[in-house]
Amino acid sequence: MVAAAAHRTWIILLTLLLALMLGALPMPEAFEWGRPEWVALTLIYWSLALPHRVGPWWGWVVGLLVDILHGSLLGVHALSLALIVYVTGRLYLRIRMFPVWQQAWLVLVLVGIHQMLLQWAQTLTGNGAEGLAFLLPSLVSAVIWPWIFVVLRGVRRALRVS
Amino acid sequence: MKHYRGYLTLAVTPVQWFVDAPSRMWTQLDQLVANRDDLQLENSRLQSDLLILARKLQRLDSLNIENAYLRELLGARSKVDDRVQLAELIGVNPDTFIHQVVINRGLRDQVFIGQPVLDSGGVMGQVVEVGPYTSRVLMVSDTQHAIPVRVNRSGFRAVLLGKGDLKELELDHVPDTADIQVGDLLISSGLGQRFPADYPVAEVTEIRHDPGRPFARIKARPTARLDKSRHVLLVFQSPQPVWEPSPGEAPLTVSVPAASSIASAAIKSATPTVPKKDL
Repeated sequence: MVAAAAHRTWIILLTLLLALMLGALPMPEAFEWGRPEWVALTLIYWSLALPHRVGPWWGWVVGLLVDILHGSLLGVHALSLALIVYVTGRLYLRIRMFPVWQQAWLVLVLVGIHQMLLQWAQTLTGNGAEGLAFLLPSLVSAVIWPWIFVVLRGVRRALRVS
Repeated sequence: MKHYRGYLTLAVTPVQWFVDAPSRMWTQLDQLVANRDDLQLENSRLQSDLLILARKLQRLDSLNIENAYLRELLGARSKVDDRVQLAELIGVNPDTFIHQVVINRGLRDQVFIGQPVLDSGGVMGQVVEVGPYTSRVLMVSDTQHAIPVRVNRSGFRAVLLGKGDLKELELDHVPDTADIQVGDLLISSGLGQRFPADYPVAEVTEIRHDPGRPFARIKARPTARLDKSRHVLLVFQSPQPVWEPSPGEAPLTVSVPAASSIASAAIKSATPTVPKKDL
C-alpha cells in the first residue's frame, strides 16, 4: 500500500496536462497578454515539492509538448522550462523556508527568465515584440502563485503523492 | 520528413480537442435551446441574403460566359473556378506574437503546405504545417506573412504585410504618387502563385504622405474576420499554367505569361543545353 502510494506519477502528469490545456485555452485578446504561465507554475511547484522526482528532464519533455502545441521553435520552451526546473531543484531547500509571498517574488524572477528566453528566441526568428509587455505574464504568475501553491499542495497531500 | 512537425502534433491533438470541447459543446447547446423567434428571424434573414446572392449569381453567370468568350477572343486561357473544402477552427495560438490558428483538417483531407485559407470575408492566411488530423494556419496579420495584392479600382500592385495586429496590415513600398485611396479594396493578385487571384484581402483605411519618407504609409484592415471566424474554407486551386525550372536547370528570370505556352515550350526545350557550372 505504501509502495503504491509513493508512485502516483499520474497525478503529476494530470496536473501538467491540465496546465497545458489552461495554457492553450482561447481567451479574449485583452486577457491574452496577461495569461499566467500555467505550465511553468505547475512545474515549479512539483520540482519544489518533489525535487527527487521532478527534475529538468520533466521540464524538457513538457516543454517539447508546449512547443508542439504553440507551434513555436522546437526546443525553446523545452530549454527554458528545463532551466527553471533546474534552478528550482537547486534552491528548493531555501525556497521551502520562504513565506508564500516571498516565494511569489522568486516565481516572478523564474517566470521572468522563462519569458525572456522565449522572447530572445522569438526575436531571433523575427517575431520580436516591442516594449516590455511580454513580461506581464510573469507578474500575473507571481500574483496567482499563492493559490497555485495551496491548491497543488492540497492535491499532493490529499492524494499522498510523494 | 517534410511533415515531421505535423506528425509531432499527434501528441498534443487530444489536448487541442479537449480545449476546444467547451466551445463545441456550447455551440451544440446553443443550437439545442435556440429560441423559436430567433430561429425564425435568422431564417428570414438568411432567405433574404440568399435572394440577394442569387441575384448576384445570375449576373455572375452571364458575366462568366462573357468573360470566357472575351478571353477566347484574346487567345487566353479561361479561368477555372477553384474547389474549396470547409474546415473548422479548433484552436488559436495562445502566443500573442504568433498569429496562427489550428484547423480540423490534415493530411487525410489532402491539405498541403502553402494552401490558401479563406473565410466569408476574404483571404485569411495559408497553411504552414500539416498533421494527420489537424493543420496550422498562418494568418495574414502575422509579422512573418506577406501577400501580393492589387488595388481593385486602379490595378496598382503591391505587397501587403502583416504587422502582428489582427486589425491592421500595411502596404509595403508604395510610392507617394500611386493611385490609391482610402476605402480601396485590395484583392489578391495571384502573383506570388500561392494565393488564388481576385479574392478580397483588405480595405485601405489610412494613407499618410510624409515628405521625410521615401514611401507612403498605407494601412489596411483585413476583410476576413481573423479573430472571429470559426468556419474557414481551404482552397484547392485549379492547376495554374506556370512554368517552373526543374532543379539543375538554369533559373531564368523571364516570367512566362499564362498564354504563351509555345514560348514556354521553346524555353523548356532550350534549357537542357545549359551547362550546370554556369549556375
